[in-house]
Amino acid sequence: MSAGVGDGDLLTADDIVVRFHTKKGVVHAVEGVSLRLKAGEVLAVVGESGSGKTVFTRRVMGLVAGGRGTEVSGTVTYDGTKLTELSGKQLSKFWGSEIALILQDPMTSLNPVKRIGAQLTESIVLHERLTKKEALARAVELLRSVGLSEPERRVRQYPHELSGGMRQRVTIAIALSCNPRLLLADEPTTALDVTVQAQILDLLADLQERRQMAMLLVTHDLRVVRSRSDRIAVMYAGRIVETAPTPELFAAPRMPYTEALMNAVPPTAGPNHVRLQVIPGRPPDLLNPPVGCKFSPRCPYAQEKCLAEEPPLRDAGSAEHQYRCWFPVGSAAGAEARARNVQRGTSAAGTPVTEEMVLT
Amino acid sequence: MADTMATTPAIPATAGGPGAPRGARRRSAVGRIRKRLTHLLLVLLAVTFLSFVVVDLLPGDAAVVVAGDNATPEQVQQVREDLQLDRPVLIRYVDWLGGVLTGDLGSSFRTGQPVAEALAQRIPVSFEITIVAQLLALLIAVPLAVYSAYRPGRLVDRASMTIGFGAAAMPTFVFGMVLIVLFAGGVSSILPATGYTGFFEDPLANLRSIILPCLTLMIAEAAVYRQLLRSDMISTLQEDFILMARSKGLSPRKILLRHALRPSSFSLITLSGVNIGRLLGGTVIVETLFAIPGLGQLIVQAVFNRDYMILQGALLFVAVAYVVINMLIDLLYLALDPRVRRDA
Amino acid sequence: MPETTTPGTTPDTSPGLAGDSVATPVPSATVPTATVPTARGAAKDAKRARRAGRTPFGWYVAWTWLGAVVLAAVFAPLLPLWDPAVPDYNNVFGGITPEHWLGGDTLGRDTFSRVIHGARASLLVGICAVGLGALVGGILGMLAGYFGGRTERVLALVTDVVLAFPGLVFIIAIVAILGSSLTNLIIGLAILSVPTFIRLTRAATLVVAQREFVQAARAYGCSPLRIIAREIAPNVVLPVAAYAFIMIGTFIVVEGSLSFLGLGIPPPTPSWGGMIAGGRTELLNYPHISLFPAAVMFLTVLSINYIGERTRKQFEVKESNL
Repeated sequence: MSAGVGDGDLLTADDIVVRFHTKKGVVHAVEGVSLRLKAGEVLAVVGESGSGKTVFTRRVMGLVAGGRGTEVSGTVTYDGTKLTELSGKQLSKFWGSEIALILQDPMTSLNPVKRIGAQLTESIVLHERLTKKEALARAVELLRSVGLSEPERRVRQYPHELSGGMRQRVTIAIALSCNPRLLLADEPTTALDVTVQAQILDLLADLQERRQMAMLLVTHDLRVVRSRSDRIAVMYAGRIVETAPTPELFAAPRMPYTEALMNAVPPTAGPNHVRLQVIPGRPPDLLNPPVGCKFSPRCPYAQEKCLAEEPPLRDAGSAEHQYRCWFPVGSAAGAEARARNVQRGTSAAGTPVTEEMVLT
Repeated sequence: MADTMATTPAIPATAGGPGAPRGARRRSAVGRIRKRLTHLLLVLLAVTFLSFVVVDLLPGDAAVVVAGDNATPEQVQQVREDLQLDRPVLIRYVDWLGGVLTGDLGSSFRTGQPVAEALAQRIPVSFEITIVAQLLALLIAVPLAVYSAYRPGRLVDRASMTIGFGAAAMPTFVFGMVLIVLFAGGVSSILPATGYTGFFEDPLANLRSIILPCLTLMIAEAAVYRQLLRSDMISTLQEDFILMARSKGLSPRKILLRHALRPSSFSLITLSGVNIGRLLGGTVIVETLFAIPGLGQLIVQAVFNRDYMILQGALLFVAVAYVVINMLIDLLYLALDPRVRRDA
Repeated sequence: MPETTTPGTTPDTSPGLAGDSVATPVPSATVPTATVPTARGAAKDAKRARRAGRTPFGWYVAWTWLGAVVLAAVFAPLLPLWDPAVPDYNNVFGGITPEHWLGGDTLGRDTFSRVIHGARASLLVGICAVGLGALVGGILGMLAGYFGGRTERVLALVTDVVLAFPGLVFIIAIVAILGSSLTNLIIGLAILSVPTFIRLTRAATLVVAQREFVQAARAYGCSPLRIIAREIAPNVVLPVAAYAFIMIGTFIVVEGSLSFLGLGIPPPTPSWGGMIAGGRTELLNYPHISLFPAAVMFLTVLSINYIGERTRKQFEVKESNL
């Protein structure tokens, strides 16, 4: 399946598959994900743990490669270059300079025995052929631009001397050190204090806008991306289950999983005593995924058809908004399916369903 | 927090928490170092006293040994008094300690040779063999471990693991015997089987005389070092900061050597230090096998001859070596791991 | 303070497959082979994964050898063997014959019989010394790890003293003071192994003591000794046992080395080390006298190391981020 549309795409991922052959069986981490990203655009990839979003991001970059029990397929094209056909050495020319990565936990993503300055300058020296001195000056400038005080002192410090929020600012500075055009941010705020999360996200949004770089923002928290992304792709069990421009997704979600994610997040406005919905059941088992719709065991809309047949990705009005569901939210079929499940008290998969649980 | 935990309850006054000013933190570091020194000093005292007690408990009368087989009881008694063996252990220990502090280690009961002189003859021999063997072991183990960790389960890893397994299962003396058969008299005779030539007498002969002993000592250690560093390195390579370094576009070589090696090397340094400390005290088996006049031979002979003074002096050296090496490891940690620098 | 990092202290960190952000199972290899998934590539991957899961052949070989040695040692007096102490003058330096399967030694005693009887001594020393050392060191290590403070400092001192004292001198002294016997050798070796077990157990205890169930037991007001016996001991016993198993191999070698120096099990009783040392004088002319016992010792220790190492590996995470 093609991600469609064409020009101006900085990154296209086409039918990405990643499977891990382990002792316990085959882990279907990513199954046929296609995405595209325009220059300067922010795409949010949302899903719970186990949805394959992290593996997908690493595959896009090429950090996860085939061999040694790892099976990969699909193509990733970056600015006209097929990354998936490059050797490790060729790929690493893109890493850091064109595509950069930010990881979840700043406590572990910085080398504990190297100074901040050394960690910042090594990619600058590598990609831009600057002298150590010039690179250090750039490093100080970068630290200042990510809002760290006393940058001249910071470059001589070690990671453990900084707080979590400060460290994440450092990793952002490292990621931006060679002016990449694409930033992959993998849950950049999950490991941080709530009070710091917003600051870091605002910093990222600000830098993204000023530098006009494209960003793939991976998160499990829909709330985080509502005001900070252009488009959203919702992933579940290694598949994209819904993708739409951000406003449209929030206005009219079609996939029950998207709806459930929204209900699992406290609204930012309005009364603060609204009951939060818990998504029943467990995250998908990637070793033995269900036959039909992967979300069916937990879905309050699930019918017999959902258990037997996997729904394809369908357009909801335009190619911009696609979803994967037989009984979409907000359709007559969906309402009927929901009513039937409420009446018999369980979904077709046997999950208890009550009126309250499917409240939209 | 770590500071407070470490310094209480011995020196409660120097508690320097995270919010404490820099001066307080430095003082707590001094406190810790002082505690460490106290501990090591106690170790020294305990080891030397223990050796006095052990020697005292050994059956057989040193005076009889020294006086010779044909001595009369009177002569034995005379020797006993000369050597002050009739006094209690504790008194003799304090006496000896006083001597050590003024730089007098005493003389051999049997030959009359000053202990310091005997040690000065033996220590360089043990030192040379120990250091050369350790360097060889590390030189072989580190590159193999790094590459094995980079490509676990591949040819280099599997081959070096198999060889290492074999080496670790082979007693030192068996390996030494195999080497003798191969190079010194059996299959070929290109190296001397026994003996030791000092470096300053004849550097080339010195080199030839230490090759087999060093190889014998080195092989099992190289195997253990490789295994240890490989497994530490593999866990380091799973860290996020390695992924981060990769995502910067650094080459595998740079990542392995500049990012992964240092944080993986702490256990290796500790073990290597412990081994150096142990080997400096002599490697009785290798020394016996290759007839090398090292410290180990001296100690064993001293035990059998009831030559207390020699034994005491040698054990003192071994304990001091242990203590000094321990402190060097501490310092090396400080240099290698900035996180320790804050706590220590 | 530099704690000797002893093998086997790593707590169970088997890679979880659920969390996609932590410990992704296999992000390895920079070499992007198989970008296009040929059927062959996939089949090869699957095969490799299956092979990784299969118990290797060596595992069975090691257990078989070890089992055979132990059985032979246990039933040695019942087996139709030559008397290991009686010389046969036709068999001095003897080669392999139908009567003497592994030939004879410098006195003409039957090597095969002596190797089997020697296994009794070697295994007994290895198992008993390690067992004793692990028991004492394990208990002290748990006390040090759990109570900390003064207990820990006193034990650290004891540990350092034993480590700073040359082990060989200690063994010589024990043998000289208490007399040369199997029991005294075991006691001496056990004492030498205690510090290692203290360090190992202490490190494992520190980890376990932080876990919720120990904290909970503490909050309920359980007595420290009860917590150590009921909550901590069951959780440190596995890593300590895995390490102890490997130590048995080490001690078989140590016993051999002592016998080589004439400090091991006293002569009439055959032991592997003593046999190897006995052939040393004829090493260049009749190498087989030393070779056979050395080979048996080698294979036994190798089996022990292999089994121990593989058991330990179950806890080890394998793949790297590189």
